[in-house]
This record gives sequence, C-alpha cells and structure tokens, in this order.
Amino acid sequence: MTSRITALDALHRELGATMTDFAGWQMPLRYGSERAEHQAVRTAAGLFDLSHMGEIAVTGPHAGRLLDHALVGKLSALAVGRARYTMICDAEGGILDDLIVYRLADEHYMVVANAANAQTVLDALTTRGEGFEAQVRDDRDAYALIAVQGPASPAILGSLTDADLAGLKYYAGLPGTVAGRPALIARTGYTGEDGFELFVAPRDAEPLWRALTEAGAPYGLVPCGLSCRDTLRLEAGMPLYGHELTAATTPFDAGLGRVVKFDKDGDFVGRAPLEAAAERAQSDPPRRLVGLVGAGRRVPRAGYQVVDGAGTVIGEVTSGAPSPTLGSPIAMAYVDAAHAAPGTDGVAVDIRGAREPFAVVALPFYRREK
Amino acid sequence: MSNPVELRYSKEHEWLSAVQDGVATVGITAYAADALGDVVFVQLPEVGDTVTAGESCGELESTKSVSDLYSPVTGEVTEINGAVSDDPALVNSAPFEGGWLFKVRIDGELPGDLLDADGYAAFTQG
Repeated sequence: MTSRITALDALHRELGATMTDFAGWQMPLRYGSERAEHQAVRTAAGLFDLSHMGEIAVTGPHAGRLLDHALVGKLSALAVGRARYTMICDAEGGILDDLIVYRLADEHYMVVANAANAQTVLDALTTRGEGFEAQVRDDRDAYALIAVQGPASPAILGSLTDADLAGLKYYAGLPGTVAGRPALIARTGYTGEDGFELFVAPRDAEPLWRALTEAGAPYGLVPCGLSCRDTLRLEAGMPLYGHELTAATTPFDAGLGRVVKFDKDGDFVGRAPLEAAAERAQSDPPRRLVGLVGAGRRVPRAGYQVVDGAGTVIGEVTSGAPSPTLGSPIAMAYVDAAHAAPGTDGVAVDIRGAREPFAVVALPFYRREK
Repeated sequence: MSNPVELRYSKEHEWLSAVQDGVATVGITAYAADALGDVVFVQLPEVGDTVTAGESCGELESTKSVSDLYSPVTGEVTEINGAVSDDPALVNSAPFEGGWLFKVRIDGELPGDLLDADGYAAFTQG
C-alpha cells in the first residue's frame, strides 16, 4: 500500500527530513538531531506538520447530543470556541481512540482523531449517529494541520496575525487569519508547552509554514519531527494510543477516568462497563499507570517487563525514551497497584536480560513553569 | 557524507581501519549513525573479549531504538573507546574519527565480503 503524503511533503524533503511511514502516512521523523528539536520546543519554539491527524465534522441541531451518546464526554456542554480532550470507547468500555473535540459553532463540532484510528472513529460516529438530526462528515482532506509549540510561540504567531491570542485560553480555538491565510487557531498541543495548532486549507499549508519559519527564526524556531514529538509528550506524561491507551484499556485503567461523564442525559456507548470500571478503580484497582526514571543510560522500550526485587513480573512498559530534559531514561508503565506508589523500592525493568533499577515517580516527568 | 577510502565496510554498517601490527579499529558508519538518530548509550565489548565476525558484540541505544553492534572481524578486543562511553553523541558527530568504538587484534584472514568505499556507497544507495 502506498503511503499518503501531506501538503507539506515536498517541503519536508527540501528541508532534508528523515521521513518515516507512520499510520499510512509519509511523515518527517526528524530534520536533524531529534534532541536539538526537543530542546528547541522546551526553550524556544518548534514547528510540526500534523496533517495526518483525522478531522471529522459533526453538524446539525443534534450534533451535541450525538457526541454525548457516541463519546464518554459531555460535549453538549462545551462552550462555542472551546475544545475538550475526550475518548471514544467500544461497547465494553475499551478505548477506541482519544480525541480532541472543538466546538466551532452551536451546531458544528470538529472531532480530531489519531491518524491510525481516524477511519474507526469516522465509522463509529456514523453508525452511532443514526437517528440523530445531525451529519457526520469526513473532513480529513479539508485540512492541513501545522503546530507551533514552545514558549516563543505566542510571540511568533502574534507577529503574523491580528487574532486576540492573549484572550485565547488553553483548549480554545478561534477562526482568524495567519500570514493572510484563513485558519482555525487553537491553543492546543501535545508537547507540554504553550503553543498553537493551525487548521488550514492544504493549499495554504506551505506558504504558512514558510511564513512561520521566517517569523520564528529570530526566536530560534526549528522544524520538528515525530521523534521529538514523542519524547516531548512522554516527558509531559501524555498517553499515546497504541501504547498507554488500547481497546483492552478503559479510561479508568489509564488513570483518565475524569474524562468519563456519567452525569449526562441519556445513554452512551460503554456506560455500564465503564461504571463497573470506575467502581473497580476505587475498590480493587488493577495495574496503574506510573512513571519510571532510571539512574543508568539503558532505555526501557514498550513491552519490556517491570519486575520487583525478587524478579517477579509486576508490570509492563508502554513507552520509554531517553529524556533530553531530565538527562535520564524515562518510561510510562502499567504496574500492579501494590508497587504503584511514588517512591516504591526495588522496582527494576528487564532490559534485554539486565535488571536495571528504576524509581517509581508521579506523572508527568516535566511540567512547564507558568 | 563521504566514506573514507582507506577504510573497509561491512554490510552491517561497521567500518574497519587498515590493519597495523595485526590490530584494526572498528566503528559504525556515518550512514548508520544517521539512521539511528541521536545515540544515547553504547555498550561495547570489554578488553580481552573475543569477538566474531558477523556476531553481536554490543549495542547502540538511540532515542527511538536499540540496535546490535556487530563485529566486522574475528579477534580479541585490545582497546575500547572510553570517550564514546562517556559521550555517546560522538558516534553521531564524528563516526569515522573520535566516535570509533573498539580495536581488535585480528585472528586469521579478513572476511572476504568487506566492501571498499565505493562498494559501500553503492550498497547504501541500493
């Protein structure tokens, strides 16, 4: 199967990006050093092509009610101009995807799904929308998505737009113009830093990227690939579908039960099993998602076993990487509740046969100063 | 990135220096270092270890993956590059120089499938 390419593909190649196949898309992995890109986002700014993300429009008088039924959140209560992190679960309460939903107008929501799950989400919303006075539309080809992330991002974007960025809260979005191009400007991101995501027409993506590159140069903005996006989100303790989140995991198992809103009107897909999962999380918690920090240099990878002092398997790593900010290997892992408290002694990760000691810590590993 | 003409190359992307007094230096190529991304940890064989051509003798850990380090020749390790253990980024910044990995006293003949610089360039472009 041939990979899809984004509107910025030629530009990535011009910039010398190392490209990789990701969820059926040719995407930039890195342009130079992924550690330098990571540091640029923490200290200055980075520019990302996220056009592989899947946009789905839900419109009509019952759009909010449809989403209340189809997702675990209460999207009918979302104010126009705001965004919310939520999930779509199957009938057993397993996570099908994690999502960001923007309410663009009273009767217009935009659901943003992970690239690998976009078709699943589109199909589920279509099926679950039957009987509602609302339409579900595949908008994947309508948008390119560019993110500018990092402490310098308000200054950089501010030099290219008249939009009221100071008045734009975290997890909010407003229509505007950036470098003369119409854009939905959202203050969202996946890096743990302040930043913006710009939804634009594909034909506007390259001119916008070039304008941001030029405006950002004095601030130290650099183009960034998927590799540093992963270490940034891991440091920020943000879960990744296919790693921390899977169809075998409920939001409560992942420590994200707060996204499930039982207080909404009507039934929603997964309600009964999710109520049971909520109860179980209180009374008899299964494995818990924790952070691990190592003293050495060997890096735990997804699937490696977490063991106690006696060598008994007590969990499994879901994501791991060398942390550029901490200077140590870090990981997220599901471990038995008895070993999940920060400071628990004797925890190690089996790294290809060697038991490397790791400290259990609270997530996230990194929190920006506000 | 050009491959130095005085070196020999394996299809596992190691380079081997000219043999002097029976000893040659081993590293990984710029092509391999670039493919790995930022190297954050190297596990090298120890001085006195016997390494075997084509077999794993260590590992290279980068941000996204871990890769085996193979020895391009058979022999006894006579020296390892402690500078790389302390600063693995040398593998990226100077793969053919300061980022060398170990020296080996070669046992027997050189393997026949080592490539010259042109052959390796053709191999990596294939």
